[in-house]
This record gives sequence, C-alpha cells and structure tokens, in this order.
Amino acid sequence: MAEKKSRKSSSQKAQQSPKKGFPADLWLKCPKCGETLFKKELGRNFGICEHCNYRFKLSSNERIEMLADEATFKEIDADLTPVDPLAFVDRLKYTDRLKQVQEKTGLTEAIRTGIARMGGHDVALGVMDFQFIGGSMGSVVGEKVTRLFETAMEKKLPVLIVSTSGGARMQEGILSLMQMAKTNAVIAAHDEMGLLFLSICMDPTMAGVMASYASIGDLNIAEPGALMGFAGPRVIKETIRQELPEGFQRTEFMLERGFVDLICERAELREKLILLLDLFLKPKGK
Amino acid sequence: MAEFGVLDFERPIYEVEQKVAELKKMMEEEGLDLSQKIEELENRADELRREIFSNLDPWQRVQVARHPRRPYTYDFVKLMITDFVEVHGDRLFADDKAILAGFGRLDGQTVCVVGHQKGRTTKENLMRNFGSPHPEGFRKALRIMRIADKFNIPILTFLDSAGAYPGIEAEERGQAEAIAKNIKEMHNLGVPIIINVIGEGGSGGALGIGVGNVVLILSNAYYSVISPEGCAAILWRDRAEAPESSRILRITARDLLKLGVVDEVVQEPLGGAHTDYEASAKALKEAILGHLKPLMKMGRRKLIEHRREHFRKMGYTSENPFDNSVFVDTRTV
Repeated sequence: MAEKKSRKSSSQKAQQSPKKGFPADLWLKCPKCGETLFKKELGRNFGICEHCNYRFKLSSNERIEMLADEATFKEIDADLTPVDPLAFVDRLKYTDRLKQVQEKTGLTEAIRTGIARMGGHDVALGVMDFQFIGGSMGSVVGEKVTRLFETAMEKKLPVLIVSTSGGARMQEGILSLMQMAKTNAVIAAHDEMGLLFLSICMDPTMAGVMASYASIGDLNIAEPGALMGFAGPRVIKETIRQELPEGFQRTEFMLERGFVDLICERAELREKLILLLDLFLKPKGK
Repeated sequence: MAEFGVLDFERPIYEVEQKVAELKKMMEEEGLDLSQKIEELENRADELRREIFSNLDPWQRVQVARHPRRPYTYDFVKLMITDFVEVHGDRLFADDKAILAGFGRLDGQTVCVVGHQKGRTTKENLMRNFGSPHPEGFRKALRIMRIADKFNIPILTFLDSAGAYPGIEAEERGQAEAIAKNIKEMHNLGVPIIINVIGEGGSGGALGIGVGNVVLILSNAYYSVISPEGCAAILWRDRAEAPESSRILRITARDLLKLGVVDEVVQEPLGGAHTDYEASAKALKEAILGHLKPLMKMGRRKLIEHRREHFRKMGYTSENPFDNSVFVDTRTV
C-alpha cells in the first residue's frame, strides 16, 4: 500500500523565499540541498539537481516527452475515468478526492497509455504518474494497462510501462487487488505471442504494482536509487522492530539480489530503450 | 464450546453452553432427571446463536475469520481429502511451512492442494510464521501447481493468511516478484483451479495463490486489499479504527459477491465454522464438487481462457460503473 512520505522539512525549505528578483514560476528550490534551480535547466537535466543529484519526481507528460519520438504519442482511453464502487468515505468522499486531484493535476487517472514511436519503432507505452493519489492502481489503471496490452497484441507491438506507484488503491478496496490478476492475465497472453515487455521502474514502485506487472517484464529496468519492493519500509520496521539496512529496497539492492536487469540514468534511458528495441526487434541488424 | 478463544460477542452463547454441560454432568453423577431443563437451555443457546450470528457486522466477521479455533487448511484437507501426501520445498531455497502443499483424492479424483497454513499453538505458529509466506512459499506453491498441470490434476487452493510476510529477508528474496510471477503463471495452467477463501484473504499474500477459474468463500471469511488495521493506520493514523475500515472496505463474503469478486458464498454452520468442522468441510466439499464437474469437461486451452476472462471483467470504470447504492445502507456521511 501507498506509504506517505514525510518531507515536512524539505517542503518547508522549498517554501522559503527565493533569490530576489526572479519570478516564482521560473525557479524552485532543491528540497535536499536547498540550492535554487531554474526550472528550464532542471528540465534539461531530466529533473535531477545539478548540485546534489536529488531526483525530482517527473510528471507523466515529462516522461512521455523524454521517451517518445517528438509528438508521436497518441493517447488511448484518455476519457476512461474512475468511479466509486464502494461508496468509500474516509476523511473525504472518494469522489471528492478524485475531483480534487483531477483538478490539481489535470490528469484523469494515475496512468497515461498510448501508441508512440521510439527510435522509429512503434511501441505501446504506459506511463504512471505519482501525483495522482500516489500513482495508485484502481480499476481504471488496471483497465488501461490491460487495454494497452490488448492493443499491443492486435498490432503486434512491444509494451513499455514506466511505473511509479505506492501500490493498489485502498479506496477501491478488493477491486484494486483484482487488477493485479487482470493485468498479469493479459501479460501472460502478450507473452505467449512472443512480444516484448519492458518494465521500467521509477522511484517509488511498490506493493500491488511491484507485485504485478512491474516485476515481470522480459527485462526490468530501473532508475538509480528508486525504492522498489512489496512491503513499505515503515511497515517492515514496525513488524520487525529494528532498523533497516542502508540502501534497503533501492534499485542497487534489488539488482544485487537479482530482481533488476539493468540500472539506467534518466538521461540515457531513451537511448538504452531504443537500443534494446533494436536488439530484440531487429535481430539481424538494422 | 471450549473457553479457548471465546470472542466477546460469543460469550452469552458460551455461558449457556457451560450451564448445559454442568447440568449434563450433574444428571450423570447424581442421577437426577434434568433433561427438560437441558432442552430448554439448548434451545436458548440456539436462539442466541441465531440472534448473534445472523447479524454480525464486518469487524465481528473478521474476528470469526481469525478465530483461534477456526478450521485451517489442514483441517479441511483431513476432512475432505483422502490419501493425502504432503510435499515440501521450492527446490531453490527452502521449505516454507506457511504454505501447505500436496496431493490426494477428492471423491476419488486426484487433486493438488495448496494453501496457507496457520499454526494452532505458539510453537506451531513460529514454525508456520502465522501463515504469512516468504517468497519461497509462493515458489513452492507454483512448483507444485506445475506438477499438477503436467499430470492434468485439478488444483484446489485454500486462502487463509493475514498477508505475505513484511520482513527484510522476504524483500531480499523478492516477495513482490514471487507473488507477481505466481499470479502470471497461474494464468498459464491448463487444469481447473478452484480458489477457496476459508479465513483471511490478506491482500497480495492471498492473491499469490488466488488465481482460479472459480473463487469460493466461506460466509465469515474476508478478502481485502489491506488489513483493516493497516487501512485504519493510513486513513486515521489509528489502528483502533479497524472496525470502521473493515466496514468501508467491503470485505465481507456478501459484499465481495455483490462486487463480482467471488462466485459463491458457502454457508458456514450458524455459530461459525469453528463450531462444526465436519459440517463446514461438507458444505465446502459439495460446493467444490459442483464447480469442478463442468470444469473437468473443459479442455486445457479453454480452462486458461476461462480463467483469464474471469479476471478480465474485474473492476468498474466510467464505461462500466457499479451501482454503489447496494452499500448505501451502511454509509457514513
């Protein structure tokens, strides 16, 4: 399940006044080192602080721009929106929570899916967005992932999914859990057709998403330092009542344990993915 | 009913039953005819049982599902399966005793059994890790199910776990990968798979052996994306709010049936499965046999497609909404 990260101190830092004279929408402060960063430059650096290597979470739009050939992403199922099957109310009604986050992010759900070109290859591309209820998977995320694979099967395309998620969405209860079985069913079918699935994990990819499609790519690729695992660190700490080792559940740890095929920096991700597509889809050379 | 594990709301029934036991003993020892009084009290106990158990709220059902005397996987195996042979290990790392696996016969037909196994005593619970598997448990389950697939043997799984174990070693050995792989590979098995939620259907740890052609659930069992306590801790930062989260998560057998997540609710004896193991096992066995018969006639490919299709339909979206007014009676506004 999604774990809330407490970044109180960081967000407080980020709210301190900037260097005077710069319009606020042009800069931001690194929550880790406190340096002032220009958004444009930060964008050119793939959302990584040039001073301390702090990794900002990117939006799904930014990631699509980073990965796909320019202006080739054709979104599918963009108007598929979540409903409230459980009549779920906690501090907020789920329907109100959805409205708020939709207005704030301009997104309809925690994943965008579509067909794009990458280095000339047609690919089915899904990109999750952590801003939308922690990238959690409910019925719509499961449905969109499933339809993406189904579209890929029709068109005989590879699937690339960029994951970032706290896990299954609590507000849709058991239906969220069932999306794990739904997505893995269509992945089994896509796999049977001999088609390629590359799973790309960004920070964090946890719980219900890690325990379904994110773990079972033909290749699992991850950015450095991403938290990847089943149970969240806080839950583990509370269960075993001891401190967790340094780097626990991070990409490098996962590679050492044999669950990640390769680690790839954001700046090199597009090229590396295109190379892999070339190797698998053009086995006799270009 | 023994004192061990009596739940608060069971106490009135327990007290009357104690009285009955005392009177029976007196009758035997002192030769008094107390049969009329005994009958009256037995009727009273039945009445109380009906009153209490026909109106359990979701949190009470969770208590029944976790009842220390509830029948566990091996109890059902003993009552349902003949010639059972238990097998061990994932051939990779270890034998995880939180998962019970083996082969036996159900009404003459060879079946493969895989289930979570909780312990009854502290010692047994330490050995079985309270029924919470590590990755090797899921890998053992898959290895055994693949043998069943090879020999065209139908698979029965029994779900009864608070969840996959959240620990350092479990993560190091790939808890997420083990569950994900099981979920995918169970979609590739060409034999009938019947899932039985007999107690706690604890999230990914349950689903890791929970992909089948048919999903059955006992009437007091639950199945949830997160434990009620875990949900309460996230929503209200207070695990004591678990009764409220167990209500809003819609985790009871009846609600799961409404949501299309389970196919049939198997009725437990009135006082809960722990009051009558034989009757519970008989009811579950009948339900299993009823579903197994048509599945046994399907071909391997058809079974795979049937199972994938079963899960393809799960969930609700703007194109396929769900009328949540069925839950409105219990809604807090």
